[in-house]
Amino acid sequence: MVMELVCPAGTPAALRAAVEAGAHAVYCGFADETNARNFPGLNFSREEMAEGIAHAHVRGVKVLVAINTFPRAGDEAIWHRAVADASHAGADALILADPGLLAHAADRHPGQRLHLSVQAAAANPDAINLYAEAFGVRRVVLPRVLTVEEIAAINREIDVETEVFVFGGLCVMAEGRCSLSSYATGQSPNMNGVCSPASHVAYSGEAGETVARLGGFTIHRTPKGQPAPYPTLCKGCFTSGEQTGHIFEDPVSLDATRVIPALARAGVSALKIEGRQRSRAYVAEVVRNFRAAVEAVAAGRPLPEAALLGLTEGQAATTGAYAKTWR
Amino acid sequence: MTAMPRLPRALALAARPLPLTPLSLALTALTRRLTARHPGILRRLGPHARARVLMDVTDAPVLLLLHPEEGRMTAHRRSRPPAHDARITGLLAAFLAMLHGAADGDALFFSGDLAIEGDTGAVLALRNALDDAELDLSAELAAIGGCPAAPLVRFAGLAERLTGYRLRRVAEEGRAW
Amino acid sequence: MAHNAVGPAAIDLTVGPNPFFWPAAGVRDFYERMSAAPVARVVIGEWVCSKRLPFWQGEIPLAIDRLRQAGKDVALTTLALITLKRERRLTADLMDMGLPVEVNDLSALRLVPEGASFWVGPMVNVYNEGTLRWLAGRGARRICLPPELPLASVAVLAEAGRAEGVAVEVWGHGRVPLAISGRCYHARLHDRAKDSCQFVCGEDADGRDVDTLDGQRFLTVNGVQTLSQTTASALRWLGPLANAGVGSLRLSPHSGDFAAVCTEYAEALAGRRTAGEAEGTLRALLPGHRLSDGFLAGGAGAAWSG
Repeated sequence: MVMELVCPAGTPAALRAAVEAGAHAVYCGFADETNARNFPGLNFSREEMAEGIAHAHVRGVKVLVAINTFPRAGDEAIWHRAVADASHAGADALILADPGLLAHAADRHPGQRLHLSVQAAAANPDAINLYAEAFGVRRVVLPRVLTVEEIAAINREIDVETEVFVFGGLCVMAEGRCSLSSYATGQSPNMNGVCSPASHVAYSGEAGETVARLGGFTIHRTPKGQPAPYPTLCKGCFTSGEQTGHIFEDPVSLDATRVIPALARAGVSALKIEGRQRSRAYVAEVVRNFRAAVEAVAAGRPLPEAALLGLTEGQAATTGAYAKTWR
Repeated sequence: MTAMPRLPRALALAARPLPLTPLSLALTALTRRLTARHPGILRRLGPHARARVLMDVTDAPVLLLLHPEEGRMTAHRRSRPPAHDARITGLLAAFLAMLHGAADGDALFFSGDLAIEGDTGAVLALRNALDDAELDLSAELAAIGGCPAAPLVRFAGLAERLTGYRLRRVAEEGRAW
Repeated sequence: MAHNAVGPAAIDLTVGPNPFFWPAAGVRDFYERMSAAPVARVVIGEWVCSKRLPFWQGEIPLAIDRLRQAGKDVALTTLALITLKRERRLTADLMDMGLPVEVNDLSALRLVPEGASFWVGPMVNVYNEGTLRWLAGRGARRICLPPELPLASVAVLAEAGRAEGVAVEVWGHGRVPLAISGRCYHARLHDRAKDSCQFVCGEDADGRDVDTLDGQRFLTVNGVQTLSQTTASALRWLGPLANAGVGSLRLSPHSGDFAAVCTEYAEALAGRRTAGEAEGTLRALLPGHRLSDGFLAGGAGAAWSG
């Protein structure tokens, strides 16, 4: 069986590009704080969502709508409206993280298929079975803290589908449980749908170096002319005692292409590509490569040599937590 | 950094005597046309449309200042950079690659082909808005025609012939599997 | 029962689980002091890394006895991130100890016996009324809110808690738990993998500080956990929190005279010290600590309103 390829779309143009390049499913969100990629200039209006879903459905591609931030106390109606609008627009599934919102969706939209967002950080069979039993969740996006062996063990103990990240940005912390960004800037993935928000980023040239700061905290310094990566907090260069370096994670991105056969054996149903903030060119190229890869794996052929390195952050890639040595 | 074509020195020199006022008028006409034909650009920019973005195309003779909300783009001497909220620096090829969706904006920034200073949010919003608009600069230029844009059209044609730059949108390739 | 204490001007103190890896003797001494401190309840257990537990778990029954004799409510915490089979068994075992369990990883909820009540810790994402009500419906009796919540959200949730009979608690003092990971940063700093860490986190009684390249004091790593380097303090917010109906302040253990820290908060809550006086004493007690309260103010958590 071919694993389902779930691809990012930050704009309608990227959605069309992903569909054209061979996505089985596209995930996207509304242009507001209800989704975890609430970045400037990105995401879908209500009309764009309806058009995007229609465009995909005609071509046999599913659309999964991410409403995966944690509703603000007193303002839950904004999130409830997003659930209703996505459901009415014909979303094939809603990707949710907050138990209160899941309870609402299960109660008010009983026919709607629900997926558990990675932001819920369901990292063991008890958590997954809890969401499945309480809200009828049908698929769980696993946090990026698990090894392939652990994923296989989880799949033996649950009845719902699992989806894992195979490419793109890499959270080193358990997703949905990280306040590093709000500690430095006041804005967090859980509350605002942003991590290390651009509004709090400042690049400046100082004595032959480019200094990138987030909320006034220096995240890295690079010699002028060298690549100066975006100052994502957990990928920064810091000092502790005698040591200076990337204390949490090097500026690498995830490329689990090589692990796809093992993930298939581990019982994973769907592979997810991160990057709703990336361009349609990126989406098209990555999706095309991964579609070829999952087709090859399903047919028992060797993996095609993927030439993806130019698209990863800092030009370096890792298989992340899938290999135990990462820890 | 990715290997990028550079604007040949002869061409850069040829462009240098371009008088700034007609060039600014032509650029503004182009900007107005783009935002009128692609209303999604301003909608996606939202409040970021107020930011003045200085485009420092290092292999071009002049600086360009874009002010989306006012539908204005103006040319400025390098010796006298105008006030701005954000600055993007890079080779013309990198700007065009981003504009036409030939390369990913994030990848260009990570690799250092494009560098940002100042209001990063405004630059990201602009990049995302342009990416969704699926622009084709040659088509837009050709469609303007007329007097104000004439120097731009001539310059673009010359540049494309001399450098092999991407002045057109990249068509999405077919299915590969 | 806890909800009798809910209501304006009735804020009490809860000592959270110790985030750090201390030698058994240090743990014993700490809970000995807590039994005499002016706090209503104590949450005890290994919160951060299951590998540490064998080194100090012998102290837990002794501490529980001591604290209960002194009239404290005691709950047992789960780990904040449960992944291994061994960790799931450990969590299931907690349910049979005859004490309330504080859930800090939502997966533990499925192991809570039918009909049993439980507490919810700050590592569970309770951001809104819907989630609070869902947890209350499953038996939650106390909820310590995520530390990043602003006062406006705290007020809405305290109100919802009152309607559900759930006492709402707020992060009151201590380095803020900002993130939890599968990777151990303490081990990484020593060029070791998590599985061969040799318990290096035990070398730093309050975690290991991480500063920016410009020397700005920033974060603190504590094994798989990342904390704020500032000591968060709700001292300047006691009035608004009481008006909002918050039931308790959580004080998170650190080295030094923690009992004296508890006393300062108790005195300020009782109105026997002004916030300013208590802040002055706190600063004298804790040289080298910098204070923050930006999360309650709705801004960057590292900021201080003073």
